[in-house]
Amino acid sequence: MPKRTDIKTILIVGSGPIVIGQACEFDYSGSQAVKALKEEGYRVVLINSNPATIMTDPALADETYIEPITPQYVEYVIEKEKPDVLLPTLGGQTALNVTLALADSGVLKKHGVELIGASADAIKMAEDRESFKQAVERCGLSSAKSAVVRTIEEAKAAVKDLGFPMIIRPSRTLGGSGGSIVESPDEFDEKVRWGFDSSPIHEILVEESLVGWKEFELEIMRDRVGNAVVICSIENIDPMGVHTGDSITVAPIQTLTDKEYQILRDGALRLMNEIGVDTGGSNVQFAVCPKTGRNVVIELNPRVSRSSALASKATGFPIAKIAAKLAVGYTLDELPNDITKKTPSSFEPSIDYVVVKMPRFAFEKFGIKDPILGTQMKSVGEAMAIGRTFPEALQKACRSLENDRIGLLGGPEAEMEKSEILHQLGRQTPSRIFHVARALELGITAKDIFEISAFDPWFVEEMRRIVDCEAELRGQSLASVDEELLYQAKRLGASDLRIAELLDASEDEVRAKRWELGVRPVFKTVDTCAAEFESSTPYLYSTYEETADAPPSKRKKVVILGGGPNRIGQGLEFDYCCVHAAFALREAGIEAIMVNCNPETVSTDYDTSDRLYFEPLTLEDVLEIVKREDPWGVVVQYGGQTPLRLALELEANGVPIIGTSPDAIEATEDRDLFKGLLDRLSLRQSENGTASTEEEAVAVADRIGYPLLVRPSYVLGGRAMAMVHDEAELRSYIKESVLVSFDRPVLIDRFLDNAIEVDVDAVCDGEQVLTCGIMEHIERAGIHSGDSSFMLPSQTLSAEVIADIEAATRSLALECHVKGLMNVQFAVCYNRDVYVIEVNPRASRSVPFVSKVMGVPWAKVAARVMAGESLQQIHDNGEYGSLLEFAEYSKVAANVPYVAVKQSVFPFVKFKGCDTVLGPEMRSTGEVMGIDNTASGGFARAHDAASSKLPEGGRVFLSLRNEDKKSAEDLGRRLSSMGFSLIATRGTAEHFRSRGMNVESINKVYEGSPHIVDALLAGDIDMVINTPEGTGPLLDSRTIRSTSTELGLPLFTTIAAADAAIAAIEQAKHGTEMTVRSIQEHLARRGG
Amino acid sequence: MSGEKATLALADGTLFHGYAVGSIGETSGEVVFNTSMTGYQEITTDPSYCNQMLTFTYPHIGNVGANSEDVESPKVQVSGVIVRELSRHYSNFRAEQSFDDYLKDNSVVGIGGIDTRKLVVHLRDNGSQMGVISSTGEDDATLVDKAKSLPSMEGQNLAEVVSTREPYDWNQGTYELGRGYRKFSDAELNGRPLVVAIDYGVKFNILRLLAESGFRVKVVPANFSAEQILELGPDAVFLSNGPGDPAAVTQGIKTVSGLVGKKPMFGICLGHQILGHALGAPTFKLKFGHRGGNHPVRDERTGKVEITVQNHGFATDLAKVPSSLCVSHINLNDNTVEGFQVPEAKAFSIQYHPESSPGPHDASYLFEEFYQLATQ
Repeated sequence: MPKRTDIKTILIVGSGPIVIGQACEFDYSGSQAVKALKEEGYRVVLINSNPATIMTDPALADETYIEPITPQYVEYVIEKEKPDVLLPTLGGQTALNVTLALADSGVLKKHGVELIGASADAIKMAEDRESFKQAVERCGLSSAKSAVVRTIEEAKAAVKDLGFPMIIRPSRTLGGSGGSIVESPDEFDEKVRWGFDSSPIHEILVEESLVGWKEFELEIMRDRVGNAVVICSIENIDPMGVHTGDSITVAPIQTLTDKEYQILRDGALRLMNEIGVDTGGSNVQFAVCPKTGRNVVIELNPRVSRSSALASKATGFPIAKIAAKLAVGYTLDELPNDITKKTPSSFEPSIDYVVVKMPRFAFEKFGIKDPILGTQMKSVGEAMAIGRTFPEALQKACRSLENDRIGLLGGPEAEMEKSEILHQLGRQTPSRIFHVARALELGITAKDIFEISAFDPWFVEEMRRIVDCEAELRGQSLASVDEELLYQAKRLGASDLRIAELLDASEDEVRAKRWELGVRPVFKTVDTCAAEFESSTPYLYSTYEETADAPPSKRKKVVILGGGPNRIGQGLEFDYCCVHAAFALREAGIEAIMVNCNPETVSTDYDTSDRLYFEPLTLEDVLEIVKREDPWGVVVQYGGQTPLRLALELEANGVPIIGTSPDAIEATEDRDLFKGLLDRLSLRQSENGTASTEEEAVAVADRIGYPLLVRPSYVLGGRAMAMVHDEAELRSYIKESVLVSFDRPVLIDRFLDNAIEVDVDAVCDGEQVLTCGIMEHIERAGIHSGDSSFMLPSQTLSAEVIADIEAATRSLALECHVKGLMNVQFAVCYNRDVYVIEVNPRASRSVPFVSKVMGVPWAKVAARVMAGESLQQIHDNGEYGSLLEFAEYSKVAANVPYVAVKQSVFPFVKFKGCDTVLGPEMRSTGEVMGIDNTASGGFARAHDAASSKLPEGGRVFLSLRNEDKKSAEDLGRRLSSMGFSLIATRGTAEHFRSRGMNVESINKVYEGSPHIVDALLAGDIDMVINTPEGTGPLLDSRTIRSTSTELGLPLFTTIAAADAAIAAIEQAKHGTEMTVRSIQEHLARRGG
Repeated sequence: MSGEKATLALADGTLFHGYAVGSIGETSGEVVFNTSMTGYQEITTDPSYCNQMLTFTYPHIGNVGANSEDVESPKVQVSGVIVRELSRHYSNFRAEQSFDDYLKDNSVVGIGGIDTRKLVVHLRDNGSQMGVISSTGEDDATLVDKAKSLPSMEGQNLAEVVSTREPYDWNQGTYELGRGYRKFSDAELNGRPLVVAIDYGVKFNILRLLAESGFRVKVVPANFSAEQILELGPDAVFLSNGPGDPAAVTQGIKTVSGLVGKKPMFGICLGHQILGHALGAPTFKLKFGHRGGNHPVRDERTGKVEITVQNHGFATDLAKVPSSLCVSHINLNDNTVEGFQVPEAKAFSIQYHPESSPGPHDASYLFEEFYQLATQ
């Protein structure tokens, strides 16, 4: 049965910004779906507020709306585009929630929009705890004992049945927000209340605890005639109690017999049918009691999920693409298997390797010293590794994480004694697997480890093989180790670095020895069928075996090193760049080879590049690929810090790095060299110095004066960067925050107070420099550029300043011999003096934003430059538009009839109690864009997309530091004149009242109830403006901020952002008619 | 893995060196591969693997140990086991011993630690072939010579080798977690229609599903004649799966010819091929066979696709199926015949394994169809 012909236009809803629990997997699924549906000749309309995505590339969908994914905006798009159908199952929970809202309010019916993929009823049945439970029972399956409650009294009644520990799961939240495990009655009230607050419908499920049970997942596809297949089975090593997104998981399932597995399979298929998921992918999670085999259903996601992305990458089966095609009427047997080309998609992949996924955390960013994992997801990214055996895959996954792990063993746990390890084994920490490994080293039995940690003994015993092998290696030296032992160690996934540690040698020496002995990896393919059929898609992983698959070609080829696991400071933006590099190289007829280990990404889709190596991004792994492929060039400047860290060593090993040379990149990182460079170019820099000791630091500070910005050298995302206001703060920073040494000095900059920060992206071919975009930050300097909001084109910079910035950018690019992309950060004081903050001759986080707003695929342009073409040639070629006009950027900018505003999105709500004030250390996970005719309009849209809607009226709470009180007067007046009432703590209130404004006052927390937090909790406040005093976290204002964040209130911690927000409210009040324009329409207006 | 070394020699001279699995010794057979990721114990006890050395494409085998429930016949039937990693430790609440010990108890010789993907690609590209596994230290050249001298599967009647010698009654039903296999009492079986199952190497789960679908089941040896079977007064006849070349099972073909049209009939795997031969549909040897739990088969009557369990080295030749047979099931990977029906004879047969065990349960409806057909 062929595809539907009654459909013309399909609306796809994306997932919005990257947040914890919803990362780039939905860019991957959305991009696949858009491509698949376009391929079928449908008109595809997309809405997604996230500008860093591939799916929002103007070239992908027919009309792309970079607008907030709220019922209001989706309705605007529906009104305008009149889609026949809406596909809600590829944009995560965000898309499902907004779709349900539109279905419930009758908007879909009103506009005659049909849901495809899953009906509203099916989504509701899967999402609603009670009806889901009933569906489970109708299928003859069981659920954990539980009750859905809406009041604390109901919760108390329910708990009598369940006992402690018990689990709280709020309804309809992302990544288990607000979920927790209640160990004892003491914690009950607080955790229940938090659960209620997290649920948009104020409803929670209280549930019997299955802590310690084994956890399994099945990824299923179904077509409209009811054919259903399991694409991948996944087993969690972390037992129940840890959110699956935070668990280490393995595919396929390892510790179930066929009988037990088939029971889960039958149950999952029945359940999908019962729920009524028409077509597409679903994920079903089960818990299994390790002692009896009793199983219970945990949940079913009636949509493509994070696990589907993992399952796709683990098996080679393109779940999202097939889901999209099934949604328009195809059946599974009508769609070919892309990998074999000869067999159909109506099959269950068989794999002949093991896949391990490990989560990547960022607790250090949120001041959490001793993190414990639970039912709410906290990881910010993940790495996947493929090996022929579990130990091999596990150790490859460990070294893919890029957190200094070089294998299962040898981390900080190596120092831990038995008593400490026994204690740690019982705690759900992110390091538990390493504690298990250490326990084995200490001779603790697998049975005891299982009893304490509930890690299945099979995994533990497999880990023991690594421990045993290391013990053998430890007795050897580089000279004595033989081929057999080295081969066995490599087969267990040992890295050269770890072997070097054990043999007391260097990594280079181990590699040399290994090569001399011929102990080299081979590369095998992921082919969906365990080699039963020939495959034509070179999707490869390394292992230590006899023969290799998919021999390299003899074409001109370029290897692109990807960005590795997502973490704060390194996310989707770099994947976007890598994907564009692959596209551009392929367009130029060059073979593009991708190396990456992040299963969520578009870059690890098998059809993004010509060849995909799913491998860790370490020197060892990359060198083996380069040795095998012998590429013409290797791109290191697109994947963020990950490949850059390798650049110098790769070059030293003869790898042909293309683009800006690693030395030039290095020169911009070195303080002294950089200073020399700026002096040569007569560019200004704020006064600064470096220090290797505390005393040196104080001396530097005395010379240049406070406030200062301090940070360790070589960091990404502003890790450990701080602002210090006096000597005491400086001393405590040096003592507590960073390990300062002569190798790693601390960098000290004079902080430019009240300066406007500017981000510039440029591309240079060695001779010509094009300015891609000049972005003006809304927050003042001092806030990490990854966290601040910015506008493109800039709004307040004078023509002279722009000219100065362009000139400085040009001279910097030429002086650094940039070939490719470059990002420069400037600070502008008094709209006159331009200071250079830093130069990064590589792809930056803002490249996708700039590319979309200016309508030029800059990452592609730069990739072609790296591959040897000049900007003139690329311009003449015409493929990427008229580039050379950007040689005179100010003219281009003057003709842009719209303003795009980027805002960042923060995961504070996941880290209860952490401070939300912004600073020089980056903490955002993602970004959104708002685009409108005016800056305030853009800001309003971005704010809608990023967090909560701006209020139209109500009460605004103000708590301001002294230096802001004056500039806030104007804000207060504007709010009052729009009918807002103002409330403030005593000091601020008196200040305003003395200037004739009407402001209520309210107690600070320590002044006693009723105080401001009471008012917030009571819902009496609609917006919060709180600019904190100094950096010392004053408990009071911190509580105000964290409470506001948990309540989802609009919160502004800088005057500049509050100003922009108020302007946005004013504009909305003026009643200008709201319109939506697709990015393609906007760009057409730019002309050129 | 430490321990004894072992060698696998193929008839074409290809050699693999690994470690010994199971018993120490020497064994031989046709080298084939199975792509199932679960159910190694059911697979190795499937009599259809008689005289075959089985390569598991999934690298870790033995993870869940062995137990006394997950068996498809009274003993291990494969003549050799070939794995990438044999797990000597195991974890499952039902496990009773390690898979390695289980193989030893069954005197099965195997090899581990080899590049099984290399072997699979070799078999895929060059076809199944005979081979020898040795863990006795025999030199490579001798092993290759031995492999070369082994007779091919073609023309081998192995059904009689594995078949029961005496008829017996079956009273076990299907498996349920926590309860094990259901046992039907005589009282429950009394009055049910009788199906006589001809045992060419039958898997227990077929018998379990026949019993579960409502039959009283009697199993008879492969060499039983049509007359002997009719004397039992069956309401239906079932033709089981089994090893070897269907064309060589001449007695079986004769028996079935004598029964077609007289009794409702259902054949699986070898039984399907024998029914085909009896009705004039010959078989041919596949290059490397179908063995796994993920093959898509379309029921041509409904258009529905089921994920099937497969284990066959021979197949009915689609081009030579007489018009009296109606092809009901097609393999979507290679368009081979997976089932046909002869409505006027109330007979149908299926090439794959609707009884699964191991593998997906998608096709178990066929047992109910058989019961309906037999009791119409």
